[in-house]
Amino acid sequence: MNKLCGDLDYRVPSACGITGIMDASGELFSGDSIYASICNMRERGNGLGAGFAAYGIYPDFRDFWCFHIMYQQESAKELTENYLKKYFKIRHFEPIPTRKTASLNRVPILYRYFLVPDKDVQEKMPVQMSDEEVIVSHVMYINRFITDAFVFSSGRNMGIFKGVGHPDEIGEFFRIPDYRGYIWIAHNRFPTNSVGWWGGAHPFGLLDWSVIHNGEISSYGINKRYLENFGYFCTLNTDTEVITYLFDLLVRKHGIDLELAGGIMAAPFWLQIERVKEPETAELLKTLRIVYAQALVNGPFGIIVANQNFMVGLNDRIKLRPLVAASKGSLLYIASEESAIRCVCSEPDMVWMPRAGEPTVCQLRKASGREKVWLKQKETANL
Amino acid sequence: MAKAKRNSEFIIERDKEKCVKCQACVRVCANNVHSFDAGGDTVSSDPLLCVGCHFCEDICPTGALRISRNISDIKANANWSRETVRSITKQAETGGILLTGMGSDVHLKDYFRHIILNAAQVTNPSIDPLREPMELKTFIGSKPGKVEYGFNIAGGRKKYFLKTSLPPQLMLETPIMFSAMSFGSVSLNTLRSIAQAAAEYGTYWNTGEGGLPEELKPFANRAIVQVASGRFGVDIDYLESGAAVEIKIGQGAKPGIGGHLPGEKVSGQISRTRMIPEGTDALSPAPHHDIYSIEDLRQLIYALKEAVCYRKPVGVKIAAVHNVAAIVSGIVRAGADYVAIDGIRGGTGAAPTVIRDNVGIPIELAIAVVDQRLREEGIRHQASVIAAGGFRSSADVIKAIALGADAVYIGTAALVALGCHICQKCYTGKCNWGIATQDPYLTRRLNPEIGARRAFNLLRAWSVEIKEMLGGMGINAIESLRGNREQLRAVGLDEKEREILGIKHAGETW
Amino acid sequence: MQGKHGEMNKTSKKNMKPRRIVLREEYCIGCRLCEVHCITQHSMSRNIIKAYRGTEPRPESGIYFEESGPVSFALQCRHCDDPPCLYSCLTGALYRDRKSGQVLYNKDKCVGCWMCIMSCPLGAIKPDFKNQRAGSKCDLCLEAEFPACVANCPNEAIILLDENGQRMLKNDD
Repeated sequence: MNKLCGDLDYRVPSACGITGIMDASGELFSGDSIYASICNMRERGNGLGAGFAAYGIYPDFRDFWCFHIMYQQESAKELTENYLKKYFKIRHFEPIPTRKTASLNRVPILYRYFLVPDKDVQEKMPVQMSDEEVIVSHVMYINRFITDAFVFSSGRNMGIFKGVGHPDEIGEFFRIPDYRGYIWIAHNRFPTNSVGWWGGAHPFGLLDWSVIHNGEISSYGINKRYLENFGYFCTLNTDTEVITYLFDLLVRKHGIDLELAGGIMAAPFWLQIERVKEPETAELLKTLRIVYAQALVNGPFGIIVANQNFMVGLNDRIKLRPLVAASKGSLLYIASEESAIRCVCSEPDMVWMPRAGEPTVCQLRKASGREKVWLKQKETANL
Repeated sequence: MAKAKRNSEFIIERDKEKCVKCQACVRVCANNVHSFDAGGDTVSSDPLLCVGCHFCEDICPTGALRISRNISDIKANANWSRETVRSITKQAETGGILLTGMGSDVHLKDYFRHIILNAAQVTNPSIDPLREPMELKTFIGSKPGKVEYGFNIAGGRKKYFLKTSLPPQLMLETPIMFSAMSFGSVSLNTLRSIAQAAAEYGTYWNTGEGGLPEELKPFANRAIVQVASGRFGVDIDYLESGAAVEIKIGQGAKPGIGGHLPGEKVSGQISRTRMIPEGTDALSPAPHHDIYSIEDLRQLIYALKEAVCYRKPVGVKIAAVHNVAAIVSGIVRAGADYVAIDGIRGGTGAAPTVIRDNVGIPIELAIAVVDQRLREEGIRHQASVIAAGGFRSSADVIKAIALGADAVYIGTAALVALGCHICQKCYTGKCNWGIATQDPYLTRRLNPEIGARRAFNLLRAWSVEIKEMLGGMGINAIESLRGNREQLRAVGLDEKEREILGIKHAGETW
Repeated sequence: MQGKHGEMNKTSKKNMKPRRIVLREEYCIGCRLCEVHCITQHSMSRNIIKAYRGTEPRPESGIYFEESGPVSFALQCRHCDDPPCLYSCLTGALYRDRKSGQVLYNKDKCVGCWMCIMSCPLGAIKPDFKNQRAGSKCDLCLEAEFPACVANCPNEAIILLDENGQRMLKNDD
């Protein structure tokens, strides 16, 4: 177990604030709005964690995987860079640009690397793996076995920026308003144990996935053991990991639709399945629930998950955490509180409360090939 | 001395003020303990014959009787207990194997008592089962690793259809089923009670190795039919009528040996159902004589699957022994749809005492290692795991599920619900409660209407308690607790035990 | 159910379906507690110990136990629609109660001719030798909610059916 922080033998439940903004047209916008949105919910955190994720921020290196790595020691940096050089071709690397912020403690060394798996090395491997598998296995390795080094972002043309501090501090520190992206998500944390570890903040990410989470997973014990069968190891001691890995497993590996994946993780009740009118759909829902029983995420949660082409908001099956959504033109907003949306968009076209267990999805226009932003539950908006 | 006079195990106290000499006790005792002397107008009792079943005590209209243990004892001795002395004395007289009934009564570490559950507070709200749905629905059977599906676009919406076909499943409304108790070891009324309760509640019962008697055919669709080493009553109709087929390799009370029904209990109906002569001992052979290795088991599993045209789950029941993890792994790879594991505290109608008390391992450990091993090998989804062996309360059940079991089998608890007082004399066929007997004087004592009601109530009571505990943990579906060892903590277990069980010590946080 | 003017007429007699006690011999365990509780119910103190051991006179049981081999049951007066005992009673000591439709016995009118005992095909009336009259007979414990035998049979071998033939269960069932 990677021990970046001495007192990290335990898992930290997440109580917090989340917010996400996406422009379905793919137009880039600055981090100003997400910064304002998350700072509006300052009271939902206690200064022990905040973070941002953005997509579209590295257009010059869009085809390269970008690792954001934090080091507690210079020696860890050396070890990791040697490791990376063995398996990857590094196009460019540099310290992550930051602004000195007096109030932040224990700031780790922060670097970013734009790289691709080394094809020559790959050829020599006994088993052929896809690029994604390679990335996942190396990220897992570094996080598990190289002490004091932690990869906290590993996607293409996206990046996660997070640490221990209030959202305004972290936003300042990482110079969030300087970036421009088409998806932005942000998180503000209220951990109930004091954790000084920067890696414990949200968003949590793997490959192109980033996840922010407000809640506590009662089924963590079994979700974790289920994922271990597929090679995902939970190194972070936070619940959020399992959500990310479950999405990766269900959507990327098993090829399941986003909505259905949401319906596996926040599965409908048996009584609800019985009431579904089309017998084929009912049969599918029943089978999904039986086969993916260990992927059911129990316990309160409100999450926002993002990937290259979409942003999804989801609640647990009895909605024990708040989540509000709004739209204006091609923009979709999802947040824990309506005020966090209104402070950046005072006159949205629509505002509504997503229902328990039903995902709110926004897809990139180019990927979905549809004219309008496709929003689930548009018809059932409360206002 | 050729035959020593033995002290009786029990004392019978009769309150003379309360006894009205109605003679109910005289009439109902199958062991003829009480007798009425008309001349002297007295009712007297011979405690030497008493087995401690408490039937007379319960039926006495004034509560005049009290049955308690006889403290007349040998000198205090940590190594030689009175039971030990008694057993040796009996063997000196008979030269035979000492038989007993029900589950082990010696103290072996009770792991369930050392495991405690979590509750959600502050960071996570607990869920109230009276107000929110709390789902216990359980599916027993083999499951695929992933689901393939397709969709058509109809009317602007996606219409899904399934491509993967699910292997046959048993659907249970609660993760509790009735364990195998053969017709012969128990009376027909017992099975009728259990079968009806199972059918009404929405779970399943098990025929045991005694075959399926005609009167129970109406409940056959909720029955798991067992194919044991004696193959009693096994023909194609038997296999077709049940909901699932279970190959019995062993049971927790007597690992390594076969079933045993003493001749006293082989009455006319038993003889017909099992297809053996009346009055003969029904001894099932120790191994199945066509299963000497795992590949033989695979052959039988598939033979049965073919026989039922792959429409019913075919499972295997074994006793929990040292190598249980590897054995179960082999069974799963041999094609079983579920594996039932019976721990050392499992009950029986007749077993040699020395085997019942000394062979096998506790079910808590067995479930933990089996679940872990199957996951490590990536085959946990290929078969369901059913735990059995002395579950006494809903707490035991929920802990077994948290350790990794899909469902549990209850046997002893069901019989206690029907009236059993665990006197351990089942093998004599003189069960006063009408449960473990074929004697027509005694079988009428168990009214299946009442029995079904009581067994149903047991299922309901435990299910409601499980829902309360689940809700307390902030979980509203049993599958989120299954194998979720984070919700358990140990108290007073050493490191090795905690490692095998896979749970942390109380006080350790996430 | 009573007739329009509360009197007995042919139609109202047909409509007056009494409660019935039904015996299910497959569940009788031969304990004879039905007799014990019948006696207790009809005793002065209604207390079993006093009824059996006290000084008050112990009544006869209205329910009679019979057995042969493993088969046993207890039987009592069937309160027949066409009761031979009632027709053979000289004095009207045996009469049909209007409200409940049961056949009841008034011991004060009895002269001890024993014609009822001889005419009952079931032997449901027993002679009282001591007092030279017909002895006990089941009266269905009309003053109680449940007849004592029904309420106390440990195996529910004796059950009660209401006017429509539906089984009546105690409140806590």
